[in-house]
Amino acid sequence: MTAPVLLDVSGLSKRFGGLQAVKDLSFTVGEGEIVALIGPNGAGKTTAFALASGFLTADAGTVRFAGRDLRGLAPHQVNALGLARTFQIMRPFPRLTVVRNVMIATLGRHADPREAERRARAVLEELGLAAKADLPAAGLTLAERKRLELARALGTEPRLLLLDEVMSGLTEAETERIVELVRAINRRGIAILLIEHVMRAVMSLAQRIVVLNYGEKIAEGRPETVAGDPRVIEAYLGDEEVARAPA
Amino acid sequence: MKWAMAVALAVLLALPAVLSGYAVTIFVLIFFYAFLSQAWNIVGGYAGQLSAGHAAFVGVGGYTAALLFERGITPWIGMFVGGALAAVLGAIVGYLGFRFGLRGFYFVLLTVAFAEICRILATNVDAVGGAVGLYITFTGDPRQFQFQDQRAYYYIALALMLLATGVAALIERRRFGIYLTAIREDETACEALGVDVFRYKLLAMVVSSFLAGLGGTFYAFQNFSLQPGAVFGIPLSVEIVIRPIIGGAGTLLGPILGSFILTPLGEVSRSYFGQSGLHGAHLIVYGVLLISVVLFMPQGAYPFLRRLLKRP
Repeated sequence: MTAPVLLDVSGLSKRFGGLQAVKDLSFTVGEGEIVALIGPNGAGKTTAFALASGFLTADAGTVRFAGRDLRGLAPHQVNALGLARTFQIMRPFPRLTVVRNVMIATLGRHADPREAERRARAVLEELGLAAKADLPAAGLTLAERKRLELARALGTEPRLLLLDEVMSGLTEAETERIVELVRAINRRGIAILLIEHVMRAVMSLAQRIVVLNYGEKIAEGRPETVAGDPRVIEAYLGDEEVARAPA
Repeated sequence: MKWAMAVALAVLLALPAVLSGYAVTIFVLIFFYAFLSQAWNIVGGYAGQLSAGHAAFVGVGGYTAALLFERGITPWIGMFVGGALAAVLGAIVGYLGFRFGLRGFYFVLLTVAFAEICRILATNVDAVGGAVGLYITFTGDPRQFQFQDQRAYYYIALALMLLATGVAALIERRRFGIYLTAIREDETACEALGVDVFRYKLLAMVVSSFLAGLGGTFYAFQNFSLQPGAVFGIPLSVEIVIRPIIGGAGTLLGPILGSFILTPLGEVSRSYFGQSGLHGAHLIVYGVLLISVVLFMPQGAYPFLRRLLKRP
């Protein structure tokens, strides 16, 4: 945690009617760091993402990115600052070709369509989608759609990538491939905050893990520390299991 | 493709020399509706924001030019004042619709309601002619956008169609147009990728309503009259929307193809059934055609034809 702070979430709360989705959540992501956000289903991870990227407005708390308060900014403005997100339920533009899909991202920083297309093709090359570049996105497999989601986020040239379950539903080989891609992206200096259920990927990628349960942070630390934390085990397995487990 | 376009254009330029007066009138309508449809296509086709009130922009443009003409200002200038006013109204409707996130049916309803308000206002304000509308005294002076010869209207309508198509082609090739095609597919994903969705939708609406507003002057000075029901009414909005849908919304040639299919069909069935007292029967023809297109070529005739031609 010696790197300067890039994303600083502090005291964030969000309520949907009677449901406290996120409660007094604070954490940071440093420049160039990989942080994982984990927790059982419904723990508030995706809500935290939506709050950080401007898709939802927090009831309380602040999100600062590169020293700037993101309050009141629209999602496209947050993106322009260098914070890009993917969606858990992927949202390709089905009738546009794969390269056009990525061009929507690259056009933001390169208004000339030819330059934007060149960059989009380079990103597709990097993510192993170059062969599909000129086909409609509707025809991609699940694994390819996950990579397209990643390619588009990357196409906006972010400083921080928010990845929402880019590995769920993939085979082991496909997961391994995404892990390698994420690592390669990170090596270029892009910080990563990921939500993931695939624990093996989380353990191998994350330098730090933040654990949420019922919208609250219950643990934070290095992967091996967090994995052994009784509160984390309890959150995942339920307290009965912990009570029954031999001491 | 480029050759085919050049040949088509040459044919259209030469055609009035051999056409009968009636045929020229039909072509004027084909070009004029293709022009309005192409204007609609920018916001309705490319951006996927289904405005069903585009007649209002035609009406505002036409009324503006006609009222200015009464005060001695030539329609050649009035045309652009009308276009600008239509663009302002387009910006207002767009702002309301897009700022408050009205999508799909709700945006359709907003635009219909807006056009109906315009119609009711025009019907009830005597200063703009009230229910009787406005009549333009015929001078036959080209400097006042009036021509003895229908062939002049033919070339102006053709020029308008080419103008709107040129604008659409320009937009299609630029970042603006590429963004619009993505906005049509998924606005949330666009936002996440840094696209200012509101701004681009509004811009599309302004360009589209400006062009439609220009068309109002042509309508007024070709018919020498304006009635609130005719220029602000739902039937004209339907004429504008249905052509790109039949021809292929969000494609450059769709509105033109749609107009070449529908306008003669509409005119022929109107005069044929009209003689036997069956007014409005052309709408049945439209209905049947619309259902067939939705069932058999949901993206419209142009994409369908292109696929057909590409197949060996």
